[in-house]
Amino acid sequence: MRFFSKHIKVRKRDIPAGLWTKCKSCSAMVTQSALESNIMSCPECNYLYPLPAWKRLRTLFGEGEFFEIDSRMHPNDPLKFVDSMPYPLRQQSAEKRAGIPEAVVTGIGSLGGFAVACAAMDFTYMGGSMGSVVGEKITRLIELAIEKRIPLIIISASGGARMQEGALSLMQLVKTSAALARFNRKRLLYISVLTNPTTGGTTASFASLGDITIAEPGALICFAGPRVIKQTIQQDLPEGFQKSEFLLAHGMVDLIVGRKELKAKLIEILTLLETPKFTNETIRGVVAQNGGVNFGPGPLEA
Amino acid sequence: MNGGFDFEKPILELEAKIEGLKKLPESHAVDVSDEIKSLEVKLDLARKEIYSNLTPWQCVQIARHPQRPYTLDYIRLVMDSFVELAGDRLFANDPAIVAGLARMGARTLMVIGHQKGRDTRENLHRNFGSAHPEGYRKAHRLMKMAEKFRLPVVSFIDTPGAYPGVGAEERGQAEAIAYNLRTMAELETPIIVIIIGEGGSGGALGIAVGDEVMMLAHSYYSVISPEGCAAILWKDHSKAPEAASTLRIAPKELLALGIIDRIVPEPLGGAHRNYERAAREVKKALADSLDRLADIPMKELMEKRYTKYRRIGSFEEE
Repeated sequence: MRFFSKHIKVRKRDIPAGLWTKCKSCSAMVTQSALESNIMSCPECNYLYPLPAWKRLRTLFGEGEFFEIDSRMHPNDPLKFVDSMPYPLRQQSAEKRAGIPEAVVTGIGSLGGFAVACAAMDFTYMGGSMGSVVGEKITRLIELAIEKRIPLIIISASGGARMQEGALSLMQLVKTSAALARFNRKRLLYISVLTNPTTGGTTASFASLGDITIAEPGALICFAGPRVIKQTIQQDLPEGFQKSEFLLAHGMVDLIVGRKELKAKLIEILTLLETPKFTNETIRGVVAQNGGVNFGPGPLEA
Repeated sequence: MNGGFDFEKPILELEAKIEGLKKLPESHAVDVSDEIKSLEVKLDLARKEIYSNLTPWQCVQIARHPQRPYTLDYIRLVMDSFVELAGDRLFANDPAIVAGLARMGARTLMVIGHQKGRDTRENLHRNFGSAHPEGYRKAHRLMKMAEKFRLPVVSFIDTPGAYPGVGAEERGQAEAIAYNLRTMAELETPIIVIIIGEGGSGGALGIAVGDEVMMLAHSYYSVISPEGCAAILWKDHSKAPEAASTLRIAPKELLALGIIDRIVPEPLGGAHRNYERAAREVKKALADSLDRLADIPMKELMEKRYTKYRRIGSFEEE
């Protein structure tokens, strides 16, 4: 018996991609391609799966409409941090898994003709945690937006500050918030988009400082995670606690917008606030002028 | 209760011996004064030896010592007068953060600080120094008042972290902290921060952005509690001492990383052994810092504060 079962057992990774998966939320059997074409949300129950940074950017920007900056920044290991695994090894496996060198992609793009500075965080890279690189890239993006006087859109997906960089990570909360203080005084528009999950130090800094805050449906948005709270208060948590709809009811976000509707909603807001319009060529020029940054087709056109 | 940590055992034993000898009746046949003297020398050496070689975890333990002076103790010992101001004007007054107007020498200051309780009853009231959004919003209101009247802000940090509870989340704990960070980054008045015990992550940072950030010698400042870090990364609470070392949360390491600007010495054996001396050191450090900052024009101060935080971080770029 044992001999057979060993051979019959099908391992998860043996199922070819593009076939059926069981929805985490409603248990419906859906095909991988149906999931992908629905922007990583379940066609049956609309449960939102994590959306990697570049896939997110593709939902907002068309071919040749987004130009990445600061693409060559890598984390190092200032604390020589070792837990069950040295930090550099964690970085390597995260990069392999996420296909990008850190937990955020930043750049300038044309969103329906509006020039915007845009960041998309990537939960697949070490839980979207904010260390020195994420803090620096977000700060540079904010400073570039100030210089060019264009609106800022940050799409957050993050477990908070990155433990492996200790207090250096904690200080990124201040760095990004200080840059946003300057941005805010220039009377520029910042739209913060909170996706599943946005927690901890990310929520306690730039993610909560938008002029307008948009949440994805059903996203977990909080400071302390539900597990920590349950442990602390030793009680069951209220229904829907810390989900987007709960935050909307408690006055913590402006509106809830689905993945497919996000682009149109952003453009609607940019139009109402009469932010400047630019052609792709102008934007490309802006990126080129900004010495040292990578511009050009980028993975969107690849 | 004084001390009681394992690493303090040699000190406590010597203290008990000396105490015992001193209690002997004067009529005692043997003269013990020489013995007491030699034990006191040994005690002094033991204290120096132990307290100059503390591990990060021992530092955390001292920072949490139940007899350690808290914010209101420093206010009482350092300030000439203090008028406490309460409430965020939105929801409640949070006793986990105290704030008010204080006089120190020739200056009036806005003083803010986390406040822990000394016993169970007081700790229930103070929530062990873990603030709700109301605490951060009270601090925000009073920092804006300090800016209006051009009063320097002095902030005492001593919290295990912002409170992780249902009400705190419902009322926007993260938002309250984020707004404080943004406001403190551009507050047009000098801000001095002193970590007197626990610098617990975002809950500490929410009132800890400043032109000069100091730490008492036996305090800690960390992105996550050593226990929390151990639970997540080692999957084992008992690995907290390892996590404390790995996270680099002791004052000397944070000074080297450029996270803090200076270390304020504590009396031998820790601030809890001598409140007056600890307060004298704090007062001296605050006065020096206030003098330094008073000479800097506001515009320059703002620029310096921005640059200070702008530079923090470590990464590679091709």
